[in-house]
Amino acid sequence: MLYKESGQFVTTYRFDKRFFRLKQERLAFALLLAFAFLVVPSIGNDYWFSAILIPFLVLSLAGLGLNLLTGYAGQLSLGSAAFMAVGAFATYNFNLRIEGLPLIISLILGGLTAGGVGLVFGLPSLRIKGFYLIVSTLAAQFFVQWVFTNFTWFSNNSSSGVITAPPLHVFGSDFNSPVGRYLLTLTVVVALGLLAKTIVSGELGRKWMAVRDMDTAAAVIGISVPKTKLLAFAISSFYLGIAGALWAFTYLGTVEPHGFDLTRSFQILFIIIIGGMGSILGNFLGAAFIVLFPILLSNLSSGLFAGAIDPGQLENFQKMIFGALIIFFLIKEPNGLAKVWQTVKQRLRVWPLRF
Amino acid sequence: MNFFLEVFTGGLLAGVMYSLVAIGFVLIYKASGVFNFAQGSMVLFAALTFVSLVERGIPFWGAFAITLITMAVLAWLIEVLVLRQLVNRSPITLFMATLGLSYIVEGLAQAVWGAQVHALDIGINDEPYEVFGILLSQFDLFAAGIAGGLVALLGFLFNKTRIGISLRAVADDQLAALAVGIKLQRLWLIVWAVAGFVGLVAGILWGARVGVQFSLSLIVLKALPVLIIGGFTSIEGAIVGGLIVGASEKLAEVFIGPLIGGGIENWFPYVLAMLFLLVRPYGLFGDKAIERV
Amino acid sequence: MTNATQLLRLDGISLSFKGVKAITDISFSVKKGEICALIGPNGAGKSSLLNVINGVYQADEGQIVYKGNARKNMHPQWAARRGVARTFQNIALFKGMSVLDNVLTGTNLKVKSSWIEQVFNVGRAPADAPQQRQKAEQVIAFLKLQPWRNSIVGNLPYGLQKRVELARALAAEPELLLLDEPMAGMNAEEKAEMSRFIVETRQEFGTTIVLIEHDIGVVMSLSDHVVVLDYGKKIGDGTPDEVRVNPEVLAAYLGTKH
Repeated sequence: MLYKESGQFVTTYRFDKRFFRLKQERLAFALLLAFAFLVVPSIGNDYWFSAILIPFLVLSLAGLGLNLLTGYAGQLSLGSAAFMAVGAFATYNFNLRIEGLPLIISLILGGLTAGGVGLVFGLPSLRIKGFYLIVSTLAAQFFVQWVFTNFTWFSNNSSSGVITAPPLHVFGSDFNSPVGRYLLTLTVVVALGLLAKTIVSGELGRKWMAVRDMDTAAAVIGISVPKTKLLAFAISSFYLGIAGALWAFTYLGTVEPHGFDLTRSFQILFIIIIGGMGSILGNFLGAAFIVLFPILLSNLSSGLFAGAIDPGQLENFQKMIFGALIIFFLIKEPNGLAKVWQTVKQRLRVWPLRF
Repeated sequence: MNFFLEVFTGGLLAGVMYSLVAIGFVLIYKASGVFNFAQGSMVLFAALTFVSLVERGIPFWGAFAITLITMAVLAWLIEVLVLRQLVNRSPITLFMATLGLSYIVEGLAQAVWGAQVHALDIGINDEPYEVFGILLSQFDLFAAGIAGGLVALLGFLFNKTRIGISLRAVADDQLAALAVGIKLQRLWLIVWAVAGFVGLVAGILWGARVGVQFSLSLIVLKALPVLIIGGFTSIEGAIVGGLIVGASEKLAEVFIGPLIGGGIENWFPYVLAMLFLLVRPYGLFGDKAIERV
Repeated sequence: MTNATQLLRLDGISLSFKGVKAITDISFSVKKGEICALIGPNGAGKSSLLNVINGVYQADEGQIVYKGNARKNMHPQWAARRGVARTFQNIALFKGMSVLDNVLTGTNLKVKSSWIEQVFNVGRAPADAPQQRQKAEQVIAFLKLQPWRNSIVGNLPYGLQKRVELARALAAEPELLLLDEPMAGMNAEEKAEMSRFIVETRQEFGTTIVLIEHDIGVVMSLSDHVVVLDYGKKIGDGTPDEVRVNPEVLAAYLGTKH
């Protein structure tokens, strides 16, 4: 009976509101963090950092950003990559054009810029609802990409709008090695993840969900629906902006506007569908799936069929499997992998009994 | 002035093609309340199947018929495997399901027929044609004629036949339609198959013009603003919306584009659609719903 | 005829949907602390009238005087800020949230801190959260909802959902409570329980209540004041005893010739 909650009493409201109500959960989370910060850097290799862990973390953060908007506040967006692009290009420019600005400050300013842009493209949500809104977010997607491709000022006049990461120095330490980039990304993602958890379990999170579940009722109990929606757009875009900057600087190193196209937006959407809408953990599960699945598939094909399937065909199969998985999850488990995990936890609670 | 008119009419004719794709959406939306993002990949699938059959020496109408049957089978599969499983779910869920569907159909089309570009010649030359001193593309005129004919046919089908009445009943109230004995699933199948047929025609016309290739599936992104402007529930709206988007997009590209760096046709229709939405949140011809609480 | 005890007055309210008249020239007033019932056959315009009172619908004509402020058009948020809370005929709860969270949303207007303060738990936030929670717990205890505190509302049975909706409304500490068919679809036992909650609410908090109800027995025993509507027009207004003998009301309910 590992997962026992008897004997753990909540005696204050503040305690009841904690992230992890059970001792076991707190212990597990602490161990996970210790493992990620202390053990992984010494056992991981460059391939793991650069090709798996960093993109996993960045995509988790991006999924988190979209989830705040779509999963919690109920506003569907197909323009996530646009806000990532704004974050990346803004961070790049703050860092480039303001002498001696610490990288972290550039990153935050980049995130805030993305938040501002998100707010602007969220304005139509005050008048239109449901999937009419995807027009606004698609407008963001195409417009932003066009701006960064056409106006090379944003990329310091490089050809076709490519930007390259500045040296990654934070508080005097060098984070340019793969393990350094991993640690930098991990720190940002953990901090923002905990922040998001606080937001969604607090008053603002409740307002978001109220607007999501029934906006008329939300207005009737005095919630300002416009303000709540705009805050969702701004905060979601802030997260996406930071994720975009990390994508450009800690993951890829160089990136062009095309790297933030509609396909990327869909990818982020798939993360939250598979991982689970309205769940913080879900983003991490979904991102892990999206990063690992193609690798698994290509390893499988080279192992089983010894490369008999050509890469183009493999990509087609991958597409079909992804599409099928999306539909499968929507039909069978609309709350995604996060719900699966919860079910497992529920089983653990009553184990060895069945119910 | 002549140049302006040429650009304008050229835009209108291109817009007819947008309308054609948008009509497929409207049909499906009316019948099943789904914004079918996979419509673009259905166009691709139809065109690829058709052109691959023609390349293998099957005559035009034979290939047309086989493709049509394939599209009907696809429609049936979609109905059984996807739509039926998602009855009573939110519109956003259904939309995301069609997004998944578009991945499957695109992947399938390219896995079966390959990813290379196919040229498609349907025997219409693209010599410009002079009408009242304005140069018009013959091909565009032909396409507009076909689209017009198709619209008339669909208009007849959905206004004068039993299917049409059922469709309107379902669009109005699914439960009530079920209660009076309309077979929802059969209707879905018919509508999705018809949408497949419209997709095939659109695919052949577009494919003949730009080649049959992956980018055909991106038509969906052009059709979306058309629908927003015209309203999701109106065939007339889809036609008018298509013309508006086609004409204004070309005019903007030619007259505004050069001033701000060009390449604006990707986002211009969206900005236009947003402006329309601010004035008429339910589109030009869409139904304004009264929210009951 | 304004006086100190009058909380709400409707003056000549008319409302139509796409040209169809739903409400025609309705006026009546509600005294502070009373339980006022709106009754009438289906389609008489009762729910529409309730929706006009807190601004979910906008009246075409007439004005609403609430606490001495005359307004042509109400806005839901304006009403909420001035102490109007309500429940809906078809339950408008936040289905994906727990009972506790639903009730907590009802307290949202009492929160003084901004979201930034809440996120970093600084400024006014540390005082807000426990206050909010305390209010919510009070209401949950009042309506005996403790066993379901952490249940997701969408999974609860209908009768309980109605109670949760009342809890959310009460959490706002309203002065005027609008209840749209609070007992619809309940059995006799549940109805008795809900009636008791309504009476206790008035006793405990002095809340003025306007409610719509079909069960005439419940209406007559519960309310101080009954307004009868038929085809969007007011056909009766008075104490339960007065209304009971009103010939027009009898005609509307029993179908006597007009």
